[in-house]
Amino acid sequence: MTLPFTPEQPPALGAEVIKLAVMAVGGQGGGVLTGWIEALARAQGYAVQATSVAGVAQRTGATIYYIEMAPAGSSAPVFSLAPAAGDVDVVIAAEMMEAGRAIMRGFVTPDRTTLIGSTHRALAVSEKMAPGDGIADAGEVRAAAEVAARGLVLADFEAAALDVGSVISASLFGALSGSGALPFPPEAFEAAIRAGGKGVDASLRAFATGRQAALAGVQPATHPVPRPAAAAATTGPARLRKAWDDLQARIAAMPAPVQPMAQAGLRKVVEFQHPAYGAEYLDHLDRALALDGAERDWTFSVTAAKYLANAMAYDDVIRVADAKTRPERLERIRAEMGGAEVMQLTEYTHPRAEEIVSLLPRALGQAITDRPRLMGWIDRRVNKGRRLRTDRLLPFLQLHALASMRRFRPMSLRHAEERAHLERWYASALARAGTDYDLAVATLQARRLIKGYSDTHARGLGKFDRVMTGIAMVEGREDAADWARRLMTAALQDEEGSALDGTLKTIESFAA
Amino acid sequence: MAERSFKAEVQHLRLGAGETFTGEGILAITKALLENGVGYVGGYQGAPISHLMDVLADAEELLGELDVRFEANASEAAAAAMLAASVHYPIRGAVTFKGPVGVNVASDALANLASSGVTGGALMIVGEDYGEGSSIMQERSHAFAMKSQFWLLDPRPNLPSIVKAVGDGFELSEASNTPVMLMVRIRACHVTGQFQTRDNRRPTLSVREALAKPQRNVSRIVLPPMSYAQEHDKIDNRWPAAERFIREHKLNEVFGPDRAPVGIVCQGGMYNGVIRALQRMGLADLYGQTQVPIYCLNVTYPLLPDEFAEFCAGKDAVLVVEEGQPEFIEQAFATMMLRSGTTTRLHGKDIFPMVGEYTGAVMKEAFETFLRRNAPDLLPAQVLAPNTEAPAIPDLSKTVPIRPPGFCTGCPERPIFAAMKLVQQELGEHQISADIGCHLFASLPPFNIGGATMGYGLGPASNAAFDGGKKGGAEKRSIAVIGDGGFWHNGLTSSFGNMAFNRSDGVAVIVDNYYSAATGGQDIPSSRAKNPTKATNNPISKALRGIGIDWVRQVDRTYDVAGMRDILRDALTTESEGPKVIVASSECMLNKQRREKPLRAAAMREGRRVEVPRFGVDESVCTGDHACIRLSGCPSLSLKRLDDPLRDDPVASIDTSCVGCGNCGEVSEAAVLCPSFYEARVVHNPGPWERRLNGWRQGLIGWLARRRQSRQLGFSEVQP
Repeated sequence: MTLPFTPEQPPALGAEVIKLAVMAVGGQGGGVLTGWIEALARAQGYAVQATSVAGVAQRTGATIYYIEMAPAGSSAPVFSLAPAAGDVDVVIAAEMMEAGRAIMRGFVTPDRTTLIGSTHRALAVSEKMAPGDGIADAGEVRAAAEVAARGLVLADFEAAALDVGSVISASLFGALSGSGALPFPPEAFEAAIRAGGKGVDASLRAFATGRQAALAGVQPATHPVPRPAAAAATTGPARLRKAWDDLQARIAAMPAPVQPMAQAGLRKVVEFQHPAYGAEYLDHLDRALALDGAERDWTFSVTAAKYLANAMAYDDVIRVADAKTRPERLERIRAEMGGAEVMQLTEYTHPRAEEIVSLLPRALGQAITDRPRLMGWIDRRVNKGRRLRTDRLLPFLQLHALASMRRFRPMSLRHAEERAHLERWYASALARAGTDYDLAVATLQARRLIKGYSDTHARGLGKFDRVMTGIAMVEGREDAADWARRLMTAALQDEEGSALDGTLKTIESFAA
Repeated sequence: MAERSFKAEVQHLRLGAGETFTGEGILAITKALLENGVGYVGGYQGAPISHLMDVLADAEELLGELDVRFEANASEAAAAAMLAASVHYPIRGAVTFKGPVGVNVASDALANLASSGVTGGALMIVGEDYGEGSSIMQERSHAFAMKSQFWLLDPRPNLPSIVKAVGDGFELSEASNTPVMLMVRIRACHVTGQFQTRDNRRPTLSVREALAKPQRNVSRIVLPPMSYAQEHDKIDNRWPAAERFIREHKLNEVFGPDRAPVGIVCQGGMYNGVIRALQRMGLADLYGQTQVPIYCLNVTYPLLPDEFAEFCAGKDAVLVVEEGQPEFIEQAFATMMLRSGTTTRLHGKDIFPMVGEYTGAVMKEAFETFLRRNAPDLLPAQVLAPNTEAPAIPDLSKTVPIRPPGFCTGCPERPIFAAMKLVQQELGEHQISADIGCHLFASLPPFNIGGATMGYGLGPASNAAFDGGKKGGAEKRSIAVIGDGGFWHNGLTSSFGNMAFNRSDGVAVIVDNYYSAATGGQDIPSSRAKNPTKATNNPISKALRGIGIDWVRQVDRTYDVAGMRDILRDALTTESEGPKVIVASSECMLNKQRREKPLRAAAMREGRRVEVPRFGVDESVCTGDHACIRLSGCPSLSLKRLDDPLRDDPVASIDTSCVGCGNCGEVSEAAVLCPSFYEARVVHNPGPWERRLNGWRQGLIGWLARRRQSRQLGFSEVQP
């Protein structure tokens, strides 16, 4: 038997509850921020409840803290212990991808959610591991946030806090105040920080900067400003400055789109060796320019300017020693470490016989390389980790002397090998420029795979060779350049090159 | 010393009658124990009740004043066994551990305890770790209550209800001579709120007094024929007594109107989620006034058939809100309804998903389905015909990277696994098992090391089938990893005793970070700290020798990656017979920093000489291959995009959170990666001689560097 049921007067909806989620990375101080918000609400006459999931998630993983509050009445409200999709008023994301995660989980909705996000990035392991560029696109999160959030506050709250010697929890608390999402005056926020009693002054400073940033509204995304392409050689012997000016004249005669990259490349090559080597660089570049034209925006030449410079300024022991003994380097490190007066500096190096022997004059170096037992003997003597205290005179002198060997570099075995390698690669790119422009560009870009030292360098060379083989296999096909790009993407995906092997197998299947 | 200190909060435990307590769930539970005259407390840490152990440890002084004995038990089994004190003595006791893994470990003692029955109230406070943020296999502790027949409380997740449940639990236990399990879900442990306190009560009989006058009751010994009698006693006496107590004291609650076409039956722990879903549908208000009747089971075992029948009377349908599987409660209700021949329809897992957390979205959707089928009149118009269009929010699932937990900045375990990865590059992949603890993070990228995890302290035991190793004719040996927490919990006997007795040829690595680190840095027997009430500083290697394992290598600085790798290689290749065990010891960085930072800050203030190391990367030397990151994954070792048009890939970069552990330098050295890393050790308050010497050195070095530079071209940036 069913009795007709008429609902009583509809109860008041839970609209006066404010629901707030904090999305953080373990270790960011999400608990501190939650504590402040809770203390603030309670002091302002609200009933409030906070929850968190403690445990291993707090070891650098993504974590959520959740707070609900409502004006305190005669009886206690029933609050939820977890945020629900579509039912959150304020989301504070302590990192850009965590803002993205909040959106992905439906916690940010256009009808109600104020999203306060810090635009800085704490990269996930998966982003950092890729041998190429695996960094997630923050622009996509920003675009989604603009659609999903009712109110949006985006700024680098990490920097805002660090700049005043505090941590992000304080600047985000300031942003929460500035966003106006909670009906409490700024003084009440500050009182909550004071009541916390720890690092009050620094927290208040960061609170103020965070609040300011939020009041300023959404900060536009900052893109790194490319280094000014034009560089003036202002110091150095007159003879070298004259030589540099001559090279400048050659660049000025080049098509405008090529000039910035050629300028950057020239500087790198000249810093690596000397102006004469720069002239050699421009000679190489001229070969590309001769085959190129304005109809393709000089893409081939620009690409050549980039990778020729990288190929010519290869990473050898002399370059490393030079980089580590430059006067501006010490200044930079000192500044980064807070301007310390006394600083001990230890360089972690691990040379092998190959690095040492390749510095020798070509014939001698080759003769030793051809004798495995001799190589082994040398290797047993040099191949070990060496820590150099370069704040001390003798270790510094070692590196300094090594850097000074650069005038002998052009005679070295390594130089001969690098030059031969460059010639093979560049020639094949030039040869393709006339028949398949895009494939020629892709051939130049394959040089990106060669990087690092020792085993890493060997692995890079291996990948480069395999990509070049793959390119040779698809040469002549209409979609050759697409395949070349696919090969590159695969090669940069993992360390061992298993993705690359897969792509090569596919190519073999149809090219055979 | 644990990761989080509750010294300040513990003062709230002294609040008296009529005062208001404000704080976290676990503190409220502790306060409730004291108000209910508990005589002894103990347990074993593990989320979400780790902090309950920390609170108890920090409250030792107050516990002492009240004549309450506190034990940091060696395992959950030890904790449950301690409840034996309530078998023969009228003393209230409470222990806490994690569910269901802790209950698994404790189950032997719990089964015996439940068979014996108790005289004094015995309470197991179990932190149920199910759903988001959980670190263990997904199971329910509920089944243990059913199989051993002890009672299960699942109070509504607010402080007054949880506090009341503690008192109810003791009384129910005493009224039915049965131990009681109080289940608190993961978020409820850390939920904050307020409740009215009462005065703390000393136990009527303290363990100290009991020791002076021993008692025994033969009928409580689990041995035939008493054990047969005990089973009858459970059914004939204890169960009915429990039912009576639950009914008379109204432990379960009914909310909402007396008459309605439908009703909801929920576990107490689910109550807030139920109300929230009803609130969102306009069927309940902020204070829990509901239009749909709710039968809230604050006791989920045993269930009361007459109470349930009463609730169902006059209703067309009821919905059971029971998270997790199997749906024990729903099945029990189904049996009751079948036997009684009622016409009320039963819904539950036919509407709700069988597995997974009952999130806000799941709950709301299930209620809508339930009402649409059984009482559509109750549904608000908006649910019946939604008129708002959901805006299309761009899909970020391909953009946002997953962020699982991992090793902290400066973690001493990182170099162990970097070394292991290097050894495997030399000797090939190995069969590797893991245990429970932070070291399990190595199974994730970038290390991808280790497969099986069979339980706490069981890492090496889970490799037992491979114990034959080379001796058994195989080419390689197996490797097992276990933490120091696991070693003392169960590992010494179950894993290493097993290896030693079976003359295992396997390799075991004990990650000794001085604490039970994953659970929050509690002390264990091998901790290096001086603990005023616990015996620490007992080396693991000594225990290993004691059970007959001779091949033991002690590593006192795990950051020595090359050394670590060499010892691992040695263990995997040595001709030596028997288990090969490496004890890799370095202090948990999280705890070390917390210990040392204040000391260092004080030293700096006082003008004493302090060296602060931090690592850096020469970005002009780094080529952006990220091989270093594949051997590290350290949060402070990240990437940076350069504003150099010649560079494609971001370079490695170390941020200011670096603690200078040295792993990146050691790894780049051991793996022959690159010369990009440097350590800058800032000397605070250097002495006059050091300052002068440094001045001379830097003068000369600067002169040399500038002299070379003056002979080369120098560039200055030109602003465009």
